[in-house]
Amino acid sequence: MSAEPLETAIGLSRRDFLAQLRALGGLVLVAGVAGVTKADDAPKYGADGMPHGTKDNPLVFVSIADDGLVTIVVHRSEMGQGVRTGMPLIVAEELEADWSRVRVTQAPADEEKFGNQDTDGSRSTRHFVDPMRRCGATARTMLEMAAAARWHVPLDEVHASNHEVIHEKSGRKLAYGELAKAAAKMPVPARESLRLKTPEQFRYLGKGGVPLADGEVICTGKAQYGIDPWFEGMAFAVIARTPVLGGKVTKFDDAAAGRVPGVIKIMQMPTIEANAVFKPLAGVAVIAIDTGTALKARKLLQVEWEDGVHGGYDSVKYRATLENAARSPGQVIRQSGDFDAGFAKAAKTVEAEYYLPHIAHATMEPPSAVARIVGGKCEVWAPTQAPQVTREDVAKCLGMPFENVTVHVTLLGGGFGRKSKPDYACEAALLSQALDGRPVKVVWSREDDLHHDFLHTVSVEHLKGGLDANGKVTAWLHRSVAPTLATIFGPDPKHEIPVETGMGFVNLPFDIPNLRLENPEAAGHCRIGWFRSVSNIPHAFAVQTFVAELAHAAGKDHREFLLDLIGEPRLIDPKSQQDGWNYGESPERYPVNTARLRRVIETAAKEGGWGRKLEPGHGLGLAAHYSFVSYAACVMEAAVDDQGAVRVPRVDIAFDCGPQVNPERIRSQLEGAVVMGIALAMFGEITFKNGRAQQDNFHQYRVTRMNEAPGEIRVHLIPPDNWNMPLGGVGEPGVPPVAPALCNALFAATGKRLRQLPVRDQLKRA
Amino acid sequence: MDLSINGQTVSVTAAPDTALLWVLRDHLGMTGTKFGCGMALCGACTVHIDGQAVRSCVLPVSSVAGKKITTIEGVSETATGKAVQSAWQAINVPQCGYCQAGQIMSAAALLQAIPSPSDADIDAAMSGNICRCGTYTRIRAAIKQAAGGAGARS
Repeated sequence: MSAEPLETAIGLSRRDFLAQLRALGGLVLVAGVAGVTKADDAPKYGADGMPHGTKDNPLVFVSIADDGLVTIVVHRSEMGQGVRTGMPLIVAEELEADWSRVRVTQAPADEEKFGNQDTDGSRSTRHFVDPMRRCGATARTMLEMAAAARWHVPLDEVHASNHEVIHEKSGRKLAYGELAKAAAKMPVPARESLRLKTPEQFRYLGKGGVPLADGEVICTGKAQYGIDPWFEGMAFAVIARTPVLGGKVTKFDDAAAGRVPGVIKIMQMPTIEANAVFKPLAGVAVIAIDTGTALKARKLLQVEWEDGVHGGYDSVKYRATLENAARSPGQVIRQSGDFDAGFAKAAKTVEAEYYLPHIAHATMEPPSAVARIVGGKCEVWAPTQAPQVTREDVAKCLGMPFENVTVHVTLLGGGFGRKSKPDYACEAALLSQALDGRPVKVVWSREDDLHHDFLHTVSVEHLKGGLDANGKVTAWLHRSVAPTLATIFGPDPKHEIPVETGMGFVNLPFDIPNLRLENPEAAGHCRIGWFRSVSNIPHAFAVQTFVAELAHAAGKDHREFLLDLIGEPRLIDPKSQQDGWNYGESPERYPVNTARLRRVIETAAKEGGWGRKLEPGHGLGLAAHYSFVSYAACVMEAAVDDQGAVRVPRVDIAFDCGPQVNPERIRSQLEGAVVMGIALAMFGEITFKNGRAQQDNFHQYRVTRMNEAPGEIRVHLIPPDNWNMPLGGVGEPGVPPVAPALCNALFAATGKRLRQLPVRDQLKRA
Repeated sequence: MDLSINGQTVSVTAAPDTALLWVLRDHLGMTGTKFGCGMALCGACTVHIDGQAVRSCVLPVSSVAGKKITTIEGVSETATGKAVQSAWQAINVPQCGYCQAGQIMSAAALLQAIPSPSDADIDAAMSGNICRCGTYTRIRAAIKQAAGGAGARS
């Protein structure tokens, strides 16, 4: 491996990079990049690298009522990953609280008080497990101190257990409820004095068996999502937005729309200048007595648009542009050995190009929010992954001091990265302001959601590989071309940023002597955002499909070939791979561990019955991927019938995220990742013509349904060596290996190699 | 006009072509029934009309006057509805949970019609309900569990 200085290797000087990040402003996804706040700062990793870091004060997160009911504040957003169960479970564990007497409450946006609240990057548990353990242990110690004081005994003679403090010597006990008031007045003990539980003492962590915090309210229709707050006198709004990024309203005629009974107001939204960032798009809002009436009136609006510079965006033409770029040399982001020489000497060569289109998040709850303004203060209810950014952006767009804005974080009906961008909350706030503070609910129709999403990027991945006479890979070239998510922050960046290249491209964990990775230029023409697992999707698809193609060319078993490519078990310093990001984590604490990568592959292969005899028309596919500092491997069985229709009877996914807080939710996240991975592989595509997204609703933007879901998803969690290991992410890393495993299985089933997504009807027989 | 919702008669003032979904959500504040697509493509808005699972987002409110409307808030009143809700919780089906009201309504109607559904019955009844989080294997398991539970009681 080469060890060039990072600055030259990534082709971007540190100063440029810092300038770029400043331009990114509120882009919390990259705020965790080590040491970027000031050039002179010591690197900050993990939660310390995020805005406002972590807090662990129990007076902020824990309260105990006289009857013993423990209330734990969750400051991260629940979008299905289980954080409202898992985070308080950590606190309850160290607090020695009885889970059946714990209540969970959601923090409003306030990072000064709660620490970082950006719920993305598969970071919540991995960043807050230690602070939340300390928080619980501190509260437990304060209860013990209160009991010791009441009994006039030394602190070390008492201990807390299951919601009470016990003095063994005298056999006395005091319930938490009886101690709560006195405990709250105790001095907060020093962090060094805390006794954390040992894993053998855990009652909940790693055990599972607890019901979901919100299971009952969800199943009875009482759960509150951002689309749900309801007030007497509330007005309901929909907005006709510019169909092209950067477009403007030139004029509009609202006469017919205004005549619809129940319409309250029709108004133009403020036009945004320059880059989109998270700002509301230009458009015309229709406010009515109910959403149905607003939608009906919107259909009668006559709006003339000026399309602007992106009016020519066309997916077919743009694909050709990306392909041209991918077939020519581009900015080298990592190299070792001499690819050209290695490739020229190869006994056998393979070349392949992969295409992955834009995909939309399509959260089942479309973007929606409620706002009202009373006495110069704005309250927003929003299903947001970024509470603090939402609060800042609402304050900015209203011209109101930050302190005067309250953001209540509701449940999210799906997030997947879409709801990190609070444009919809700003819309609600602006419309409430226009109605003198009246409560307004903004709802995006499904068409709005698909037309105006912050889409997953579109990419062409071009790979060349050389094999020696023994079928060993001796040369590897990968060019990744994709418009960067930094395009929404401007000014017109053309290269993937480290956050993107660090997602399975630059940090290729293979042992190959001659390697070159290039990132040619690409421009962005629509709002690009982050979609669950982000750039890992195209990178893993290309790499893991190409490995299967190389194995086939070498005449070798895919599993053996992949393990051989990864090489001996070893720890790889991300810096040695020119990966200066490493998911924001310390390279010392989080090296890439190829033994763990090998183990998930071996586990998935074993559990998935790699090599087992299958029915005709069935095939097994394998893929593995390291992302969000966790390790995942997938063995998929796919079946293709005489007509070319695809079915997935069984999926085995092995996963190693280190210590597991709530294994039950980790399993559910992986089950979900498999289904979402299959959805994007089989159906996911948003296309553009004349700058306009072409898909309107679920009949054109299809996602996996019950009859298309895998018959069986078997999740195999690798137990942690110990609880001293740092935690890996969970929400995202299950997604990347799914699409390549599926296409590798389809190759095994049919002999047809699919190099573009979605699969859709590529295998259909006439 | 008067509507019968979860056994109660309620009076609403809305244009006759307004979808039942918006009458429930916006006029009555009954927000358990969800909006997902507006075209009967995703099932998030599923309610029961005289016991049948129907997509309320395309159902003009004028067409349900005089009929028995059951929503997620009222489905626990039936033994089947309660069994489905219990199985959902026992298996921890939900992730984000947004689609689950619609899933539960579809599942309850299925079990009312077919007390012991086959996998094919489940596919047929449930494929109109999208879950973007991908909880399908657990939904299937929960329907089977609810079917077993309902069978045990009868």
